[in-house]
Amino acid sequence: MPLLDVRDLSVTFARRGQRTVRAVDGVSFGVHAGEVVGLVGESGCGKSVTSLAIMGLLPKQRGVTIDGVADFDGTDLLKTDARAMRDIRGRDVAMIFQDPLSSLNPVVPIGVQVTEVLTRHRGMRGEAATKEATALLDRVGIPDPARRLKEYPHQLSGGMRQRALIAMAVACKPRLLIADEPTTALDVTIQAQILELLKELVRDSGTALIMITHDLGVVAGMCDTVNVLYAGRVIENARRKPLFYEPRHPYTTGLLRSVPRLDAGRGTPLNPIRGSVRDVLPWPDGCAFAPRCDRRVDACVGEPPALVVGYDGHGYRCVNPTPQGAQP
Amino acid sequence: MFRFIVRRLLQLVPTLLGLSVLLFIWLRRLPGGPETAILGERGTPALRAQVRRSLGLDEPLLIQYGRFVKRTLQLDLGTSISTKREVTTEFLLRFPGTVELTITAMIIAIGVGIPLGYLAARRRGTWLDHASVGGSLIGICVPVFFLAYVLKAIFAENLGWFPSSGRQDPTIGATHITNFFVLDGLMTREWDAAADAIWHLVLPGIALASIPLAIIVRITRASVLEVLGEDFVRTAESKGLTERTVRGRHVLRNAMLPIVTVIGLLTGGLLSGAVLTETVFAFSGIGAFLYEAISNRDYPVLMGFILIIALFYVLVNLIVDVSYSLIDPRVRVR
Amino acid sequence: MSTKIDKIDRLSELSAAKDDERGVSLWTEAFRRLRRNPAAITGAVILLLFVIVAILGPILAPFTPTDPSGIREGVVKSGQGIIPGPTGDHWLGYDHQGRDFFSRMLVGARQTLLVGVISTLIGLTIGALIGGVAGAAAGLGGRVGRWIDVVLMRIVDMLLALPSLLLAVSIAALLGASLTTVMIAVGMVSVPVFARLLRGSMLAQAGGDYVLAATSLGVKRNTIALTHILPNSLAPVIVQATLTLATAIIEAAALSFLGLGNPDSAIPEWGVMLADAQPYLGIRPGLAIWPAAAIIVTALGFTLLGEALREALDPKLRK
Repeated sequence: MPLLDVRDLSVTFARRGQRTVRAVDGVSFGVHAGEVVGLVGESGCGKSVTSLAIMGLLPKQRGVTIDGVADFDGTDLLKTDARAMRDIRGRDVAMIFQDPLSSLNPVVPIGVQVTEVLTRHRGMRGEAATKEATALLDRVGIPDPARRLKEYPHQLSGGMRQRALIAMAVACKPRLLIADEPTTALDVTIQAQILELLKELVRDSGTALIMITHDLGVVAGMCDTVNVLYAGRVIENARRKPLFYEPRHPYTTGLLRSVPRLDAGRGTPLNPIRGSVRDVLPWPDGCAFAPRCDRRVDACVGEPPALVVGYDGHGYRCVNPTPQGAQP
Repeated sequence: MFRFIVRRLLQLVPTLLGLSVLLFIWLRRLPGGPETAILGERGTPALRAQVRRSLGLDEPLLIQYGRFVKRTLQLDLGTSISTKREVTTEFLLRFPGTVELTITAMIIAIGVGIPLGYLAARRRGTWLDHASVGGSLIGICVPVFFLAYVLKAIFAENLGWFPSSGRQDPTIGATHITNFFVLDGLMTREWDAAADAIWHLVLPGIALASIPLAIIVRITRASVLEVLGEDFVRTAESKGLTERTVRGRHVLRNAMLPIVTVIGLLTGGLLSGAVLTETVFAFSGIGAFLYEAISNRDYPVLMGFILIIALFYVLVNLIVDVSYSLIDPRVRVR
Repeated sequence: MSTKIDKIDRLSELSAAKDDERGVSLWTEAFRRLRRNPAAITGAVILLLFVIVAILGPILAPFTPTDPSGIREGVVKSGQGIIPGPTGDHWLGYDHQGRDFFSRMLVGARQTLLVGVISTLIGLTIGALIGGVAGAAAGLGGRVGRWIDVVLMRIVDMLLALPSLLLAVSIAALLGASLTTVMIAVGMVSVPVFARLLRGSMLAQAGGDYVLAATSLGVKRNTIALTHILPNSLAPVIVQATLTLATAIIEAAALSFLGLGNPDSAIPEWGVMLADAQPYLGIRPGLAIWPAAAIIVTALGFTLLGEALREALDPKLRK
């Protein structure tokens, strides 16, 4: 029984005068305790919306409909009311966002932004909260934490800010942590440090981690299982190794092939996937990747391809998959 | 912070000096002069020249200006040509009324405007939102003096709920120390005098508040809407903070930044509206007096009043800048 | 099967069509968004009606607006408080000088439009000149440029430190009461606003990468200022001009109320009519309400359009 079991999650945005957008379309995946699960895809594939839906952070207004189940240890997060969700968020499920500068309140000291979580969920106040906040900053590797607590976000470096955000997220030792592209806005050297820190925190506390990223390097370095998303659907899911060595969906294959390789020799052209995510099918059914696919066949534009589950739970949605054994 | 304030105050000097030169030349260029106002139609050229000489207006402009600066530095703003009283005395007599009126208007505008704008943003798209947006649009477009007349006609003359003119009922026989009537009433514990002064402030205050109120509602709504979409609000929500914390600490504090700036600008601009409102309600502030001073070419009064008003305006803006930097650490001055 | 082939054909059409997609210019895009905004439509309709009345007013007016026929015929005795209200012939009754009020309302639109447009143009021209020079000097001119900017902006600050109405009143005192005075006075009040706005906008643009690119290509500084920075800085100024049209009409009414408008109230203008109506509020409130409503609605039209324009041009709101 996984800690978080997402089944058939769908999110649609309807706007007056515009076509209804199905941002997430029947996404299912599971996250076990202590496991690192990757949600991989290009921007706009629905990975962020998936995480916001699980967190109950999608705007509650007309036109936004959420369907499906997100079973978190027996509680369906999608059906939990707003008040109860406030108790769960930050305590049992926490989240780290992409841009650390804009994700921190510019006019409130770092210290207050850390202690407010402790006050809210652990009832800590005053001296005790400050002490715990100092310890938290220290734990995420911020030097001179006592001084940093009094500073404002703009006085911290990018990596420091992300560490502060991580400190807030892990303040209550959540059982599930969602990291939404936590390294995209950072320098490459800092990226590695942050990933290392996340890995360490997860390993030490047994927290499950959903890693949302478009960076296959991050996936290779961190994730136990991987879900590849395209246009709001999980088009391939597998454990890390089979996915990298034997990708079946042409999109995954394309993603892996498009990574520039050092051993490719000078003058070898890069292998981009042609077109862009915006080239969607003008009708609802069929494989959304078809317009950009090299292995496209007539059957692709008929019905949505069914999930094929192969050896060791390796699943993919494709009627003409990349043959096994082909070198990605 | 201290050095910032000192530097800003020092910057005031060239501004005020430049303004005084401009004003001086400007006023002397107005056709006619105080002698026309004093003598009226009966002045012969000889008599006019005599009056001008006695006022020192026959000397070269540069010498007149030099004398003005010297006097002003000794905190002597001269004597009003038309009332024969010290300009400072006149100012202390009349300015408190205008200040009371302005403060009343700002209290109304801020007290109603920020909550209304905030609610409109939170309930975006509801009738409350549409009503406050529409209402504020109309509020900007109604001439202040017309609103003043309408309020006076309805609530003072027809319904009789409020007094229609003046700052205080003279029959109360209130003691005046500072000429801030409300403050005086509180200081001397003449509660009825203070209440009566407040009562007289309500209608002109509302009339004067209309435009700032409308603008504050709009800016608050826009600012809150913008902040609601910020990433850090999502972070705050993801931490499971109570709605109160999210709203107070994260939304409102950030939304206040543009509101503070606008409040500063509005306070300075209120004076024009105050002149009109004072005229409608026969409210003795600086409005009518200044207006008369212009027609009488009462140079000392004009120079003195306008310079002090400009000084106030700049000081209000300094206060705004300081409070802005208190809210926003990013512009905090060291 | 055939539907599938259709679908595949459409796919290739789709990718072909993608190549034709071009960026739309700022103004085309803004205009498109204006057309979809109900507030903008409302404002535009109000203004269209206003301009039509302003142009055709004298033709549409059923009576001569300057003819005191009511007094001549003895129906109006304002001294005794007798000013007849609406009748079949005179839809809005007479004014205090026995002239047909409806005709005066119609004809008055022209003067009001004139006051608004000309005073805004005065403010816009002088303000844009000061702000443009200061902005160009500060953005591109090195040490001398910064000096020019500082001096110009100090002057603007001095103007800003003066209460606008006092400035207007003293200008009016200098020039004597007339409609021209009102236009100049109201226009001068908006000079510092336009100056600051254009300067700020130009400074923001001067820091843009495309200016750096043009400079590195060796484009002359004057050319950059005129052909690159200025056109890109105009949007907020145009928005402000639309909004100023509204405030100008209101401020002109205020000056008229203080007795600085056209002393010869024969030629109708809404602000003057509103000011003239004050003594008769108790007898015939309509004399004040109609011009007031006309001023409010017109100002509302300009404000609606200006705000919609601001929204349409805001890059933050564009998607």
